[in-house]
Amino acid sequence: MALRTPPLGAAHESRDAKVTEFGGWEMPVEFDSIRTEHESVREGVGKFDVSHMGEIVVSGPDADELMNRLTSNDVRTVDAGTAQYAAITDSEGVILDDTMLYRLPESRDEEFLFVPNAGNDVAMEERWESHRDEWNLDATVENRTEEYAMIAVQGPDSADLVAEATGDDALAELPNFAAIDTTIAGSEGLLARTGYTGEDGFEVIFPSADAEAVWEAFDCQPCGLGARDTLRMEAGLLLAGQDFDSEENPRNPYEAGIGFAVDTDTEFVGRDALAAVEESGPDERLVGFELDERAVPRHGYDIQSSDGEAIGTVTSGTMAPTLGVPIGLGYVPADHTEPGTDIGIVVRGEAKDAHITALPFYER
Amino acid sequence: MSFDVPDDRGYMESHEWASEDGGTARVGISDFAQDELGDIVFVEFPDEGAEIAHDEQLGVVESIKAVSDLYSPVTGTVTATNDELLDAPELLNDDPYGEGWLVEVDLADESGLDELLSADEYRDQIE
Repeated sequence: MALRTPPLGAAHESRDAKVTEFGGWEMPVEFDSIRTEHESVREGVGKFDVSHMGEIVVSGPDADELMNRLTSNDVRTVDAGTAQYAAITDSEGVILDDTMLYRLPESRDEEFLFVPNAGNDVAMEERWESHRDEWNLDATVENRTEEYAMIAVQGPDSADLVAEATGDDALAELPNFAAIDTTIAGSEGLLARTGYTGEDGFEVIFPSADAEAVWEAFDCQPCGLGARDTLRMEAGLLLAGQDFDSEENPRNPYEAGIGFAVDTDTEFVGRDALAAVEESGPDERLVGFELDERAVPRHGYDIQSSDGEAIGTVTSGTMAPTLGVPIGLGYVPADHTEPGTDIGIVVRGEAKDAHITALPFYER
Repeated sequence: MSFDVPDDRGYMESHEWASEDGGTARVGISDFAQDELGDIVFVEFPDEGAEIAHDEQLGVVESIKAVSDLYSPVTGTVTATNDELLDAPELLNDDPYGEGWLVEVDLADESGLDELLSADEYRDQIE
């Protein structure tokens, strides 16, 4: 299947970015160096093309009901112009995807926009449509992934840069998880104070045709998926398809550490299964760990207990650029999750000393 | 993008180099290889005294994004290792033909040097 090219593809090519396939998209992985890009976001500001993320708009009289029954959180608590993080689960409570959803500003009365992970937009569009039909709800579901570009501007200086690009100084006071209509480089779009790096930051969604002008309006370090991955890992945030995967590594939100995004007081697909897990506690949980020896943990490496018994598998790992130590995420039995617990990570056949640490690894 | 390929050494198709000086060879990875790998964060190579053979695994180099096996361009006995790389693996990015060398090898009779690509041949491969 041909790879999907983001609207900024030509801009990235002219900037000599290294590209990679991600979720069916051809995306920039590195512009200058992962370390340089990572540091700019921790110490200043950087911009990411995240147009591979899906965008699905749900509107109509029953939009509220449809969103509430297909996501794990309570969308009735989401005011116009704010965002909410949620999981999308199957009837067994297994995470199919995680998503940021926005109840759009009042100008777009009662519309939702939600952002599935790369490559999941069509599956989620179909899921929304088939359940709408099954439940006989009056809602329109539109997959706008190809129509919109999405740019993340992240870092301690991001508010200044966004104020400059929009000409609106008040943006510095925009609360976290708020979303407003805005104009950048003459293009009208949505701006939200959200992100995936552990820093203050913003995400902007604009028509694809204006992507290049909006991208250029932010004069800062361009960053690729490489730095996005090291930043999100330091922040202890999940990567779909790696830290959970409904086929390869089916996990429920309590195992994955996102129980805070589940509201079992609402009726949604998977609610009953998750209420049972909430009651009993999950058998295994995602933990963070740090290596005490020189080595780099990687996805798929075995995790051992201190006496050499295989107890789990690494789902994500890296040498953390800000912290300067090797870190990783993986699932282990509930009795091995206490921070400080000694474990081993098997690197090329040899167990390297490591210990469980509290998440996130990095907090601003 | 053009990469530095000094004429004074031989290259492997797998991007390692060896430069000979009176029966001893110094071994490292090419400018192209360090650029492909990106930020290098870890390197593992044999201890002094180890016997290594042409085209056999010499060690491992890891960047933030990938793990790559290293192959030996020469056959012989390791007489020195660049232990500075253990604390500063980024030297492999900054100066792959100089400060970022990996090991020095006392060459055996069948050193493997004549199997290596010339700088011109290696340039053709990476262009």
